[in-house]
Amino acid sequence: MDKLNLLIVGVGGQGTLLASRILGTVALKLDFDVKVSEVHGMSQRGGSVVTYVKFGKKVYSPLIEKGEADLVIAFEELEALRWTGYLKQGGKMIVNEQEINPMPVIIGKAKYPENILDTLKAGLSIYSLDALEIARRCGTQKAVNIVLLGVMARLTGIDREIFVDAIHEVVPAKVLEVNLKAFEEGYNYHK
Amino acid sequence: MKKLMLGNEAVARGAYEAGCAVAAAYPGTPSTEITEYIAKYDEIYSEWSPNEKVALEVAIGASIGGARAICSMKHVGLNVAADPLFTVSYSGVNGGLVVMVADDPGMHSSQNEQDSRFYARSSKVPMLEPSDSQECKDFVKYAFEISEQFDCPVIVRLTTRVSHSQSAVETGEKEDIKLKAYVKDADKYVMMPAMARKRHVEVEKRMAALRDFSNTSGLNRIEMGSEDIGIITSGISYQYVKEAVPGASVLKIGMVHPIPEKMISEFAFKVKTLYVVEELEPFFENQILKMGIKVIGKQKLPVMGELSAQLISEKLFDIKGEAVQPAAGQPIPVRPPVMCPGCPHRGMFYVLKKLKLNVSGDIGCYTLGALPPNECMDTCICMGASIGVAHGLEMARGRDFRKKTVAVIGDSTFIHSGITGLIDVVYNKGNSTVLILDNSITGMTGHQHNPTTGFTIKGEPTKQVDLELLCKAVGVERVTIVDPFDVKEFEKVVRAEIDADEPSVIISQRPCALLKNVRFEGTQKISREKCKTCRVCMKIGCPAIVDKGDHLEINPALCVGCKLCTKICSFGAIERAGE
Repeated sequence: MDKLNLLIVGVGGQGTLLASRILGTVALKLDFDVKVSEVHGMSQRGGSVVTYVKFGKKVYSPLIEKGEADLVIAFEELEALRWTGYLKQGGKMIVNEQEINPMPVIIGKAKYPENILDTLKAGLSIYSLDALEIARRCGTQKAVNIVLLGVMARLTGIDREIFVDAIHEVVPAKVLEVNLKAFEEGYNYHK
Repeated sequence: MKKLMLGNEAVARGAYEAGCAVAAAYPGTPSTEITEYIAKYDEIYSEWSPNEKVALEVAIGASIGGARAICSMKHVGLNVAADPLFTVSYSGVNGGLVVMVADDPGMHSSQNEQDSRFYARSSKVPMLEPSDSQECKDFVKYAFEISEQFDCPVIVRLTTRVSHSQSAVETGEKEDIKLKAYVKDADKYVMMPAMARKRHVEVEKRMAALRDFSNTSGLNRIEMGSEDIGIITSGISYQYVKEAVPGASVLKIGMVHPIPEKMISEFAFKVKTLYVVEELEPFFENQILKMGIKVIGKQKLPVMGELSAQLISEKLFDIKGEAVQPAAGQPIPVRPPVMCPGCPHRGMFYVLKKLKLNVSGDIGCYTLGALPPNECMDTCICMGASIGVAHGLEMARGRDFRKKTVAVIGDSTFIHSGITGLIDVVYNKGNSTVLILDNSITGMTGHQHNPTTGFTIKGEPTKQVDLELLCKAVGVERVTIVDPFDVKEFEKVVRAEIDADEPSVIISQRPCALLKNVRFEGTQKISREKCKTCRVCMKIGCPAIVDKGDHLEINPALCVGCKLCTKICSFGAIERAGE
């Protein structure tokens, strides 16, 4: 692997920022140049959110544009669907099997698309799992992000120990154990 | 040591290493984290000021007092701080003075996309613009030196993608900067006409010196590649250019005001076709055209929104990227931001909508009340505008209209610049009804303390502004405090106050649901036996309540158990889940 363009997409409040901090730390440990870009503020309030993570020999633009992502980690199904256009040919997508209705659906102005996973799987390499349930089993639903990172670690083939070290550095000590467990569960999900 | 840092964090690190001693700011996306990170350094005195004007005045005082000082704000904050900026440009500094301003092209979290570079020109203050986190740190340190060398404030401009991107930063040691002597110097620091006229002469001399300096400062650099294409650019646009046209020759401008004219002429001479790539306004382009140099810029690139590598390839060189087609068929619903589950504003908007009021709004999380399903805000112009606008509406449309109108403003926004609007209402015999939303924190920017919370930026207890006493002191006799989740009482109070022929303030008091000390008990569920599917609970617009067509459900992963829906349901159908 000489470069990686990774998008993390989800709904504001799902913990995408912590995942991106861990990934940034992983990149530095691999001696890559890295940029992690995110938007704070208004869109964080339950809106559609995206974080761009780019590793490489030298990274200029912090943004990943349409057709450029090697990997998309989607924390929610509708967001997975929204960002498919950003995958490059042959890119992979990890999808958390969770539905969160956006306001237009809640108030009946729009319909939540049906069978999103089937639609996605018809044309793309999709790795899906119920990370929320796995995280709950590990001890906290907040660890969804770490479960998904576990899946990502396996898919990219990056040494898992580097991830474990990065989690040690970034995650607060009192929730470390739960998160390490969540990482293992994710890592072993798609063997 | 190399560390991954947000641009904003790197600015804080730069201030620390430069021996900066005083930092003041008002929060505003995308600038907020600068001062949050500065507050982690015990060596720097830091504060949240009530607004950007006060923040800059504090920094000016610190500078005149001999310390290095920094003041940070978002682009629209610089409008508020413009008054002191234009005059400190005349008086100059003692300790180095750096003004950070973060623009928001694309308006991720702003009400306009003004280009702050024009402030540098019109206030005659030099401006630097970094393009990644390392430069954020380096340029801030350099800005302090330039400030002291040329006796002027220095603005460092960021944009959202620089502020909120993390990249590697090589950290250094803190410089040992001594407090300079405080010297009384009325000719320099008292800007009355006679003194200011003399200082203006100094300003012009300084700008001439800075124009020379810009060419030799090392802040601007030429990276020669192919001579066919030359691109002049700065900030984040530089990163896009390097990615889009790796072989081109580039003049990267780090000092955006004054521009390095000599370097630009030399560069233009070396390349066949010259482009300018800059976000927002043709700031460089117009100056370069005025130098008599032919250049391609805004005739091909937009003045609106952000640029990107693909956009540059496409617009300038007609190269299109290849995207995987989105999964076929279904329309994808948008996901706009919403008020959080448990948000105190939800109870208030439920009442305002029920009473069909005209709502003069303001800037904060509650601006989301303008969106469906609340759709309960008629105006939002700038920080603090709600009260003045409500007063103007009354003066234009009279008493009957006023009785159907309220102003809605957050606690921090009220202190920022709403209080002056309220004084105006009282002084000029208006009768507006003002709702101050006291949620115990500055919410939208991510929980900063303010004068009404009783804590400083460092979390230390301090005097707390008593909003009720404050409103009474300016002459409002009718001030009521009410819980927006006590919906019946809230409605009663609003009805009474809009009906009163005098100014009144309703303090809508309930803490932000995201605060750590806010705890609700258990999540709620909807009983399918008791529910009559009347859908009244849908009117509060809670993201946790889901309409399944034939029945309604509460999503347990989102519900925080605030029970606002429970209070609104006439059939007692919403009850505690589990046990």
